Amino acid sequence: MIKNSEHSYGLVAKLMHWLMALAVIGLFALGLYMVELDYYDRLYRTLPHIHKSIGILLFAVLIGRLLWRRFNPQPKPQGSPAERRIAHWVHMALYLLMVAIMVSGYLISTADGRAIEVFNWFEVPATLADIDGQEDIAGDIHEWLAWTLIALVALHALAALKHHFIDKDNTLKRMTFFKGE
Amino acid sequence: MNTYAKKALRTLITGLALSTALLTTNSAMAREYQFDIKGAHAFIQFQIKHLGFSWLSGRFNKFDGTFNWDAANPNASSVNVEIDVASLDSMHAERDKHLRGEDYLNVDKYPQATFTSTSYTDQGDGKGLLKGNLNLRGVTKEIAIDVEFIGAGKSPWGAGLHAGFRGTVALKLEDFGMRSMGPGAEHVYMTLDVEGISK
Repeated sequence: MIKNSEHSYGLVAKLMHWLMALAVIGLFALGLYMVELDYYDRLYRTLPHIHKSIGILLFAVLIGRLLWRRFNPQPKPQGSPAERRIAHWVHMALYLLMVAIMVSGYLISTADGRAIEVFNWFEVPATLADIDGQEDIAGDIHEWLAWTLIALVALHALAALKHHFIDKDNTLKRMTFFKGE
Repeated sequence: MNTYAKKALRTLITGLALSTALLTTNSAMAREYQFDIKGAHAFIQFQIKHLGFSWLSGRFNKFDGTFNWDAANPNASSVNVEIDVASLDSMHAERDKHLRGEDYLNVDKYPQATFTSTSYTDQGDGKGLLKGNLNLRGVTKEIAIDVEFIGAGKSPWGAGLHAGFRGTVALKLEDFGMRSMGPGAEHVYMTLDVEGISK
């Protein structure tokens, strides 16, 4: 099934979910690592280039994902009313944080009016630039929100495992590619 | 002459000598000049080699200062400068961010750099050596700035007197707790171009 149903996520939603999970965790680790590199390190220029390129592409995927979510049925959340409410807010926060992190990252690299090159494939031009201290403020926001996002990702993953192992419902299963949806 | 007359004469001579000295000081016009920040006729620029291959230039956009200067008595000159270190600008936002970070200027912890002169030695021909204490990145160190007098006089528009100088000094990054930028780039070359307007 390509599209979502009342009971399970479709292939498109699953692919986007896991692709973004991989990218978000990967970008976080890459980001932490690359800022510590010595100027003379071989990867000093390559890693930030990859980080920015993936970040921009991820933004496009996120827009696609939000649109897909909007025009597809959502499988019913499971658990107590309180759990369902918290789950809803955590999901919203995950989306919102991703958008904010992408925008703030974009504002660091374009603060002097330079465009961002995406894998030497295309360029994203600067829009908001030359604000006093822009790269520093955007940088602080980018870092703090990234830590917040990773904390929420951990909560999100633990909640999924709780559904799977403790509640023994199909919350996790219906997002995976294994049989039994 | 009796002793009273002698005493009176001595007092008179001393008085004359003193007033002459005072008058001389006045006519030599030691003045305090304020950096022309408003008109941006003052620049603090730095140059450092990139990988030892080329010169990279940048500047500090926010700073202020004053100097005292007297053409007739240059050795009495003094200078004070305060720099907002975070205003560093090398025409590349990501590089500026890196240079403001902990490895280099660490501006969160040390937002301000100051220079306070301690002596000026005139070397003739408009040149001189300005010694003083530079506080940068929490380290205070005596440095010696080569000074060149550029020009002075009245501007076409205002009442104040203008006077301009160029100061140059090489600083070793490691002396101020900064990471070396690699072989061939251990020093940063600072240039202070300043025009002051008398107060």
